[in-house]
Amino acid sequence: MAKYDLAPELVDLLKEKFPSLEVLGEGVVAVSKEELLPLMKELKENPSYAFDMLTNLTAVDYPDCFEVVYNLVSLPLNHLLMVKVRVEDKENPAVPSLCSLWGSAIWQEREVYDLMGIDFTGYPGHPTRILLDESFKGHPLRKDFQWEGGRE
Amino acid sequence: MRTQTYILNMGPQHPSTHGVFRIILELDGEVVVKAKAVPGYLHRGIEKLAELRTYPQVIPYTDRMDYLASMLMNWGYVAAVEKLMGIEVPERAEYIRVIVGELSRIASHLVAVGTYSVDIGGFTGFLYCFRDRERVLDLLEMVSGSRMTFSYFRIGGVADDLPPEFFPTLDKFLHDLPSLCDEYDGLITGNEIFQARTKFVGIIPPDVAVNYGLTGPNLRASGVLYDLRKVRPYSVYDRFDFEVPLGKNGDCFDRFAIRIKEIRQSARIIRQAVDGLPEGPIMAKVPRVIKPPKGEAYAEIESSKGVFGCYVVSDGSTQPYRVHFRRPSFINLGYLEKLLEGWKIADVIAILGSLDIVLGEVDC
Repeated sequence: MAKYDLAPELVDLLKEKFPSLEVLGEGVVAVSKEELLPLMKELKENPSYAFDMLTNLTAVDYPDCFEVVYNLVSLPLNHLLMVKVRVEDKENPAVPSLCSLWGSAIWQEREVYDLMGIDFTGYPGHPTRILLDESFKGHPLRKDFQWEGGRE
Repeated sequence: MRTQTYILNMGPQHPSTHGVFRIILELDGEVVVKAKAVPGYLHRGIEKLAELRTYPQVIPYTDRMDYLASMLMNWGYVAAVEKLMGIEVPERAEYIRVIVGELSRIASHLVAVGTYSVDIGGFTGFLYCFRDRERVLDLLEMVSGSRMTFSYFRIGGVADDLPPEFFPTLDKFLHDLPSLCDEYDGLITGNEIFQARTKFVGIIPPDVAVNYGLTGPNLRASGVLYDLRKVRPYSVYDRFDFEVPLGKNGDCFDRFAIRIKEIRQSARIIRQAVDGLPEGPIMAKVPRVIKPPKGEAYAEIESSKGVFGCYVVSDGSTQPYRVHFRRPSFINLGYLEKLLEGWKIADVIAILGSLDIVLGEVDC
C-alpha cells in the first residue's frame, strides 16, 4: 500500500505551513487539535492534495491520552493520508468537528462520541448517541468502562 | 388553508428495512419534509468484544457484520492483521480468497437485486434470485462447511484447500450465470413499472456522494470510478481482466442495475482465477500464537457494499488493543436523511432499498 501514501515532498510542504505537524511514518502525520481544522481545510481544498473523501474516522483510548484517527483519500490523485490528533485531556476530551468539510464526518463523529465519549466542538447542534440508547450511561469503548458478563 | 406536518414512524420492525432499522418521517401530506434515521437495534459491541479475544478469535465476529458477504468481512480483518505483522500470503491462498470473495459478492448482490424487486412490488424476481443464490451457498458450503458464517479465512491464508467436487459445480454455475443474469434483466430491470418507480428517483450527485464518503455500487452508480480492486489493487486483483460498471444518473435504477452488471464481472474474475490457480501452500508460515508487534495498521478491501476498512492497534500482546471496522453500510446510510427529503413516502422504500444496507454491518 506504501506507494499510494502521500508523497514525502508534499508532506514537507505541509510541515512548513503547520508548525505542530509531526511525521509519524509513511503516510501518517500527527497535528495539534488547534491546527486540525486549518490543516484539513488545506488538504481538502488545495488541488495538489485534493483529499475529497474522509473515509474513516475513529478514536483509540491510550493510558495517557485519546487519539482521534482520520483516514483521507484523494480520488483524483489516488493517494492516502492518515492524520492523528492527540487529546491529552482525559476528563473532557474534545476535538474540532469536521462536519463543515465532509458530510461523512456527521455519522462517524456521532459514533465516536457515542462509543468513546469524545466531544466534537462545532458539530451542528451537538453530537448525539447513534448506536446506543440515549439513557445509556458511559462510553463502552473506553478502557475504564465497567461491563458485566463476558466469558468468565 | 392552514396545514401542518405530521410524524410517521417507520420500523424498527418493518420488512423493507431489511433488518431492524427505524426512520422517523416528518410528512407534509405524502411528501417527506424531514427524516431521522435511528440505527443501533442490532448493536452487539463487536469492537469491544474483540479487545477481549485473541487475534484469530475475532474472525468469527467479523462474519456477523455483513452476514450476506461474510467472506469479504473475514478478508478485511485478516488483511489488517497481516499488514500489521508483515505476513506474505501464499499465491494459492490469494487465488482461493479471490474465488470465494467474488462468490460472496455474487451472493450478496443476488440478495440486493432480489429484495429490491420485492421492495418495489415484484415478488417473482425475488424467487429467481434466491433460487440461484442457493447454488452459491452450496459452493461455499463445500469450501467451508457453513452456508452463512464461514470463518474460512485465517491470518496468513485460508482454512482449507478447495475440495475436488467444488470445481465441476462451480464450472456449471459460471456457465449458467450469464443466462441467469439475462433472466433478472428480463424479469426486473426491463419491467416498465419497475423503471417508472426507480428511474430519476433518489438522485445522488457525484460530488455529494464523495463528500459523504459513499462507496461501492452506490458511489459508482453516480458515475465515480472508485473500486479498490481497480484503483488500488490488493491481493492479486491486478492480474485479472475485468471492467468496473458505472452508472450515469445516480438514481435508484442505476444503483440497482449496476449490481447485476457487477455479478457478470465477478463471474469473469472467478473464471480467470480458477484457470490460473497455482499449486502451493494455502497458509503462510505464521507463529502458532499470533502476537503482532506493537503498532497499528489500517487496511481496506472492496466489499460488496463498498470499502470495508479495518484499523487494528496492537500493544504486543495476544489480544488486539483496539479494533475499528469502517463499515460501508453504516457510512452509506449517513446520507439517507438528506436523500429522503422532498420525496414521496412510497419513494422512501425505493430509496432505502437501493442503498442495499445490512443492519448487522451498520450497527456492528
